[in-house]
Amino acid sequence: MFSSKAAYAVIGAALCTCLTPAFAQAPAGSQQLNPAVSLIISGGVNEYSNDPDNYEIGGLPLLGEAGLNEEGFALGEAELVLDSNIDDRFYGKATIAMHQEGDELEVELEEAFFRTLTLPHGLTLQGGKFFSEIGYLNNIHGHAWDFVDAPLLYRGLFGRQIIDTGLQLTWLAPTDQYLQFGAEWLRGNERSDNSDFAGKNAVTTFITTGGDINRSSSWQLGLSGLFSDNGVVELGGHGHGGEEEEEGGDAELSGDTRLYGLDFVYKWALNGNPRTRNFKLQAELFRLERDGDISIAEPDGIEASTLASDATGFYVQGIYQFMPKWRVGLRYDRLNIDNSGSDEEVLAEAGYENIGHNPSRVSAMLDYSNSEFSRLRLQVNSDRSGESGSDTQVFVQYIMSLGSHGAHRY
Amino acid sequence: MMKLLITTVSAALLLASQPAAALKVFACEPEWAALVAELAPDANTFTATTVYQDPHHIEARPSLIAKLRKADLLICSGASLEAGWLPVLLRQAANPGVQPGQPGNLMAAMQVSRLGIPESLDRSMGDVHAEGNPHVHLDPERLSQIASVTTQRLQIIDPDNSSQYVAAYDRFTERWQQALQRWRRQAQPLQGKNLVIHHNEWAYLNEFLGTNSVGTLEPQPGIPPSLGYLAELNSSMKNTDVLAIVRKPSDPEKASQWLAQRLNRPAIELPYSVDSHGAADLFELFDKTIALLIAAQAKTQ
Repeated sequence: MFSSKAAYAVIGAALCTCLTPAFAQAPAGSQQLNPAVSLIISGGVNEYSNDPDNYEIGGLPLLGEAGLNEEGFALGEAELVLDSNIDDRFYGKATIAMHQEGDELEVELEEAFFRTLTLPHGLTLQGGKFFSEIGYLNNIHGHAWDFVDAPLLYRGLFGRQIIDTGLQLTWLAPTDQYLQFGAEWLRGNERSDNSDFAGKNAVTTFITTGGDINRSSSWQLGLSGLFSDNGVVELGGHGHGGEEEEEGGDAELSGDTRLYGLDFVYKWALNGNPRTRNFKLQAELFRLERDGDISIAEPDGIEASTLASDATGFYVQGIYQFMPKWRVGLRYDRLNIDNSGSDEEVLAEAGYENIGHNPSRVSAMLDYSNSEFSRLRLQVNSDRSGESGSDTQVFVQYIMSLGSHGAHRY
Repeated sequence: MMKLLITTVSAALLLASQPAAALKVFACEPEWAALVAELAPDANTFTATTVYQDPHHIEARPSLIAKLRKADLLICSGASLEAGWLPVLLRQAANPGVQPGQPGNLMAAMQVSRLGIPESLDRSMGDVHAEGNPHVHLDPERLSQIASVTTQRLQIIDPDNSSQYVAAYDRFTERWQQALQRWRRQAQPLQGKNLVIHHNEWAYLNEFLGTNSVGTLEPQPGIPPSLGYLAELNSSMKNTDVLAIVRKPSDPEKASQWLAQRLNRPAIELPYSVDSHGAADLFELFDKTIALLIAAQAKTQ
C-alpha cells in the first residue's frame, strides 16, 4: 500500500500541517456531545421501624443533610451533570441537583468548577465549588456510592459531604509510585444545605498514594486534614425530606475545627478484568475535634456553654460482584464521641450531650446493574445511631443515568 | 554568590527541561505497544492493559495516573473505547503534552475510516459508540495507515531522532507489505465463511478476511449474553453454515461453548492482540489468527 517514497511524502505533508498548533483530531472519549451531558435520576422506597423524624446520632448535632431520607415512596435528587474540556487548557464541570421538597422544586448548584490541564511540573489548579478531596468517598457523588446512605462518620462528622467554594492545588510527584500532595483553601461556610462545616476559612491538606500489587489487585491510601479557626457553625439541619430539626435549631458553635482522616481502598479483579467478578474493600477513619463556645438564642436571653468535642468514626465495607450484573455488600460503622463543657444542659440542647453511647450500624446490600447506566438496589440496615435502640431500615433504590458515559475515578 | 545562584538555577532548569534519554510511551492496549515497538524500538513503553482485560472496563488506578504523568506519547484506540477511564487519567495526570489536541495524544481509530458508525444513537441498542467501532487494529491495512501517523507524531515529539523513526518505519512497512500479501493468500479459503462472534470487535478482521459475522453472543454491545437470547440465537442459526464461534481471551467462554455444542461447530479463542496465544508481535498476531481460523475450517470439512 505504501511505498517508502510515498511514506516520506505523507510524513512530509503531515509535518507541514502538524507544525500548526492544533491537530485535526477529535479528543478521546467525549466528542459526540460537547459538553457531555447526563441526567441521573434516583429514588425508591424507604422503610424504618422507628420514626425517621426522631433520627439522631447520639452526641452529635445533625449538620447539613445528615438526616434520613423520607419514609415511603421517595423521589431522590435528579442531578444534571455537564462536563467538558473548555479549551486546550481548562476542564470544567457543573452539577445541578434538583429536588422536590413538598410543593417546591429546590435547585442547587452542587458543584461548578474549572480545572487546569496544562500547568507544568505536575501541578493542577482547581477553582470554584467542588467536593473536597478529604477522604475517599467525599469526592464521589452519592449516586456512585455502593450503599444507599452515607457512612455514619460522613453523616455525623461531615454533615454528609464536604462541598465548598474555594481553590485547590495539587502536585503529582514524578515517581513510579503514585504520590499526590494537595491543599485546598475553602470559604468554610458554604450555605447550600450541604454543609456548614467549619464556619470560616478552612484549609485542607491531603496526601494520596497507591499502586498495583499484581495484575489483579491495586490499592490507594490517603491521609487528609481540615483546619479552621474561629468559625461560626450554625447547628441544626434537616434530612432529605424531613422537617427542620428542632434540636439545636437556633444554636451556634463558634470556635476551632480540626479534622484528621485516613482512607484506604483495595480492589481486586481477576487479571484486572472486573466485568465478571470483582471485590472492593474500603475503610475510612476520621477524628473531628471542635473547641469553642455554644450559644443558643432563647426568648428570655442567650444560653451559653463551652464545648470540647472529640468524635472519632470509622467504617469498613466490602463489595463483591459475584457474577455479571450482581453485587453484594456489607458495611460496619461506628462512632466514639466524647463531649465536655461548662453547662451540660446547654450542650444537650445543642446536640452535644455526653451520653457514653457509641453509635453503630450494620448494613447489607444487594444490587443489580443491567448496564453501566442502570442500577437497582436493596439494602437493610440495623442502625444504632441514637439511644433509643436499634432501628431496622429497609431501602429499595433505583439509580438511572441518562446520557453520556461517565468516567469514574478509582 | 548571586552569580553562583543564577548558574545553579539555570543549570537545574536546563536539566529539568531536557527530555529524558528514552522516549516514554503510554499505550492503552498491547497492540499499540507492539506498534510502537516496531516504530520506536528504543522507546520505554508502558502498556496499561493486557489482552485478558476488557479495555472498556478498566479502573483509573493510581499506578496508571503515575505512568501517564511522565509519558511523552499517549497511544490508544480512542473512539470512546477508553471512555470509562482515560478521561480521568488525563485530568489527574497533570501532563500537558498528552492532552487532546497535542501531538502526544494519538487516538488510533480516529486516524482511519471506521465501520459501524451508527445513524442514530439510542442506548436501547447497547453501548454503541458515536464514533463507530474502535477495534481498528484487527485490519492490517488500517494498521499500516496508523503506523504512518504514529511515525509523524514520533518525529514531532522527538525531532532529534527523526531519521531513526523514518528508518524504522521503512523497515516495518516493507515487512508489513510482504506479510499482507501472505495473509491475503492464506485467507483465501475463508472468503464468505460465517462466524458467530461474542462482541462486535471482529468487524475489521471480517472486512480484511472476507468473512461474515452472522450473529453476536451479546444481545447488545456490552450486554452479557443471557440463556434466553442464546437459545433464540441457536434456533436462528439452524439453517446457517457457521464456521466457528469466535471470542477474545477476555470474553467468558461459557456462552460460546454452549452454542458450539448445540451447533456442533468449534468455539475458538483468537489472540485478539499481542502477548496472547504466543503472538509476540503484530506479525504473529495475524499469522496465529489466520492459522486458527484455517484449522477450524479444515475440521469442519
